[in-house]
Amino acid sequence: MKPAPFDYVRASTVDEAVAALAASNGEAKVLAGGQSLVPMLNFRIVDTPIFVDINGIQGLDRIEETTDGGLRIGALARHFALETSDLVKDRFPVLHEAMKHVAHLAIRNRGTIGGSLSHADPAAELPTMAVLLDAKIITARASGGREIAAADFFVAPLTTTLEPDEIIVAVELPGLAPGTGWGFEEFAQRRGDFAVAGVSAIVSMDGQSVTESRIALMGLHDTPVRAHAAEAALLDDGIDAAAAAARLDAEPMNDLHGSADYRRHLAEVLTRRVLTAAMERAAR
Amino acid sequence: MTAKISITVSVNGENHAAEVEPRLLLADFLRENLDLTGTHVGCEHGICGACTVLMNGDSVRSCLTFAVQADGTKIETVESLGDIDALGPLQEAFREKHALQCGFCTPGMLMTATDMLRKYRLETDDDIRDGLSGNICRCTGYQNIVAAVRSAADKRDAK
Repeated sequence: MKPAPFDYVRASTVDEAVAALAASNGEAKVLAGGQSLVPMLNFRIVDTPIFVDINGIQGLDRIEETTDGGLRIGALARHFALETSDLVKDRFPVLHEAMKHVAHLAIRNRGTIGGSLSHADPAAELPTMAVLLDAKIITARASGGREIAAADFFVAPLTTTLEPDEIIVAVELPGLAPGTGWGFEEFAQRRGDFAVAGVSAIVSMDGQSVTESRIALMGLHDTPVRAHAAEAALLDDGIDAAAAAARLDAEPMNDLHGSADYRRHLAEVLTRRVLTAAMERAAR
Repeated sequence: MTAKISITVSVNGENHAAEVEPRLLLADFLRENLDLTGTHVGCEHGICGACTVLMNGDSVRSCLTFAVQADGTKIETVESLGDIDALGPLQEAFREKHALQCGFCTPGMLMTATDMLRKYRLETDDDIRDGLSGNICRCTGYQNIVAAVRSAADKRDAK
């Protein structure tokens, strides 16, 4: 047995889960898909005395339409469900594309959207999609839940604004305007690996002009971020200017997978590619 | 010492009841408690895929799943696919295409491929390579594993 001993609480409702978290005085953590957490337990990087397993909470994995053309995705929705959801493919094709890059089938069968956002790896697809798509993260807590904008949610690598006794219950993606174009590109050493860098974008157009865009960078900061300077440059000066601005927007790290300079290079190249694709896909 | 928890798990069609520590990994439960050593333990952090089993029909890493989480579920391991006298169709394809050398990764490859063959059309060999990308083999160079899954997929589609 590799992990250190821990106590295990199986929650069958959200109320039970948040009550168990509140009762632990900050000691307990949530166990969802476990695909990032359990490796850290096996390495004993994390030593948590109590886990609250939320896998048994019925109905927390629903993917539902909202009236504004968006989706409400339950925290326990597995990556495989998002990958294969017709609603996701229809309303957020950029998310459908991103899911193809998430790890491997056995990981996607278990990993959850709530877990991925809570884990907050800056090179992971779902946190970046939350930022790109202006997600609202809906939480629960014994003392009352709240809504957190994705832009305010990620603080640092593996760090969010969630309180120790707070859990994600759902993620709401506001609907996109009809005809929104999109692009998603990531570079990884092997299929399913964490991205060395990635860029995604959505674009609205009127004739030949871009009227609105969002560009999100993955693995290029200590959190997923919008490339605001690149978005502004796209409106004023076009794709090449936006790609150059994205390079300056990036503040990547050096590691064994790639130097910071190489990642900045990827930011520029991938931004050019996703904007080209998004503008081609956008209805005019 | 933490409290042990009672679980009942169906493994390859047989029910097993046990009292386990919450930290016991499903891989260790299968190997140590049930003596089902076909499930191999490689990296123990979800990278190599050798420990892949099916839980309620979905492939999972048994090194990233606790035995307590398998309570009430149906687990299938490589032992369920066939035996030396009667290989299952996928095992037969691996034998025919020489898709293994040392055999360490093979149980995980077989269980992953079982799930892939159920869930994906696998139209191209690239699709097969994508599907196998979470399973590491240090002997074969993957070519023959891809060929074996291709052969199994073609036989599936011919039915």
